[in-house]
Amino acid sequence: MQDSNSVGIVTPQYVHIDKPLELKSGSTLSSYNLVYETYGKLNAERSNALLVCHALSGNHHVAGIYADKPKSTGWWDNMVGPGKPIDTNKFFVIGVNNLGGCHGSTGPASIDARTGHHYGANFPLVTVEDWVETQAQLADHLGIEQFAAIVGGSLGGMQALQWTLDYPNRLRHAIIIAAAAKLTAQNIAFNDVARQAILTDQDFYGGDYYAYNTVPRRGLRLARMLGHITYLSDHSMATKFGRDLRDGKFSFGYDVEFEIESYLRYQGDKFTDLFDANSYLLMTKALDYFDPAHAYNGDLTAAFKTAQANFLVLSFTTDWRFSPERSRDIVKALLNNNINVSYAEITSAHGHDSFLMNDAYYHQLTQAYMNNIEV
Amino acid sequence: MNTPFSPVTAAQRPDFAAIANWIKPESKILDLGCADGALLKFLQQERGIFGYGVEIDDNNVLSCLKNGINVIQSDLESGLSGFVDDSFDYVILSQTLQAMKHTERIIGEMLRVGREGIVSFPNFGYWKNRLQVIQGHMPVSESLPYHWYDTPNIHLCTLGDFEDLCRQCDAKILERHVMKKDRLISFLPNLMGKLAFYRFERNKRTA
Repeated sequence: MQDSNSVGIVTPQYVHIDKPLELKSGSTLSSYNLVYETYGKLNAERSNALLVCHALSGNHHVAGIYADKPKSTGWWDNMVGPGKPIDTNKFFVIGVNNLGGCHGSTGPASIDARTGHHYGANFPLVTVEDWVETQAQLADHLGIEQFAAIVGGSLGGMQALQWTLDYPNRLRHAIIIAAAAKLTAQNIAFNDVARQAILTDQDFYGGDYYAYNTVPRRGLRLARMLGHITYLSDHSMATKFGRDLRDGKFSFGYDVEFEIESYLRYQGDKFTDLFDANSYLLMTKALDYFDPAHAYNGDLTAAFKTAQANFLVLSFTTDWRFSPERSRDIVKALLNNNINVSYAEITSAHGHDSFLMNDAYYHQLTQAYMNNIEV
Repeated sequence: MNTPFSPVTAAQRPDFAAIANWIKPESKILDLGCADGALLKFLQQERGIFGYGVEIDDNNVLSCLKNGINVIQSDLESGLSGFVDDSFDYVILSQTLQAMKHTERIIGEMLRVGREGIVSFPNFGYWKNRLQVIQGHMPVSESLPYHWYDTPNIHLCTLGDFEDLCRQCDAKILERHVMKKDRLISFLPNLMGKLAFYRFERNKRTA
């Protein structure tokens, strides 16, 4: 599984943050854990740190593999590693599991020390702004005053954007991939159908399913199947599956017949073993809430007034969930503020998922930009 | 792996130098069809400008990133909707006009987005071009290196033609340079000049 440009075997690390976190919702978390991984070396000047923010179903395991799990390659291993576009020979790369996640950072599935029970429904909703705050706490912990760059795709791109607004002096470059400055009504609608699938599953128990030793499997599975459809393009589905039948003929029933059904059900099933339904709900809400222009009467240009970072914004032609138009909104606001920005619209057949794919032009662009970042 | 171009000099690119002469220091520039970003880089060095290039071609966009030039990948034919009115000191269209489909529209967009526009193009009225046409062939030369069947240059014009277009687009010509290699041409420019440069602005109408 391991290619020669892999960061190799990696080990997650934990930090306990004792500083109470005041959330945008008004709630407070008195303390929390973050799990993170790092690749490469922090230089003596501490000027080469690069934060990778993850998307809806991502986590801190960005690159490399775990010693005991040969198939545990990180989710962005094609992008991050020695000699790769995000070169770990140059950058000290950090991946962190977002607060509210389910891969080691404190989230709904964690035990609340005050009660001895899972947080469950008591875990507060967190926002992109809250995540940025926790990531800043991690940066403090690691002694990083200023990031060379913060990089993210999709929901991760939103975090990178938010960084440039909340901590304009703490990053020099923001790389915003397949993201948006706010979700459209259609996009929120998809998220709500996904949430309804989970919320109406009778095993959900109002979010406290842990106490009943069960998980809302059917709901989470449906949510993931729906999500998957929106991450792919019509074209890529047609090319990959077409109308292919698993057994070559109709069976006139409701079992799996078409290959696309088989694929989606497999993806849905796999996901229910890996992801917590409450975390999924919370992440989709964070997506819906994100709208930095909201406080400026919808004026995104005004929202970016204090941003200082240099930007690279990338979008993919067949991405209809986070369309190029949404990236162009961001670019326009940056141009209006005389901010250094480059924008590329990458021709790709793979829809929203393109940002995870190994596309030559996409990787060359990222590499070219990264090479020019001074550390 | 990354091979940034070496900075060009005025001697290597007299056409760049001609444009630079018109640019006030530290102005804000939009370069339409910026190729690998060489002109913007040159203007950064010579005039300390801040700017962006607009480019459609993947390889050119990649070159711009390698060269550390701000570039926006976009199709000029669909206008400059990503840019607000009066947001640049100069909008430059360097040797791209002749390859554009929507010639009038781009001049209009330059006048909208920039306080001044600068256009350069190969002069179809240059005597050698005329001679080739008289001899029965479409011109092929150093500044027009393509054959009629493979040329991207679909809207070639002469100095006179361009000046007519400016009148039609309500553009007021502020300055004109006509060059042959690195020399300025003032005698019979429409016949003797190979490359034409115009600086123009919106006609200020009296209310």
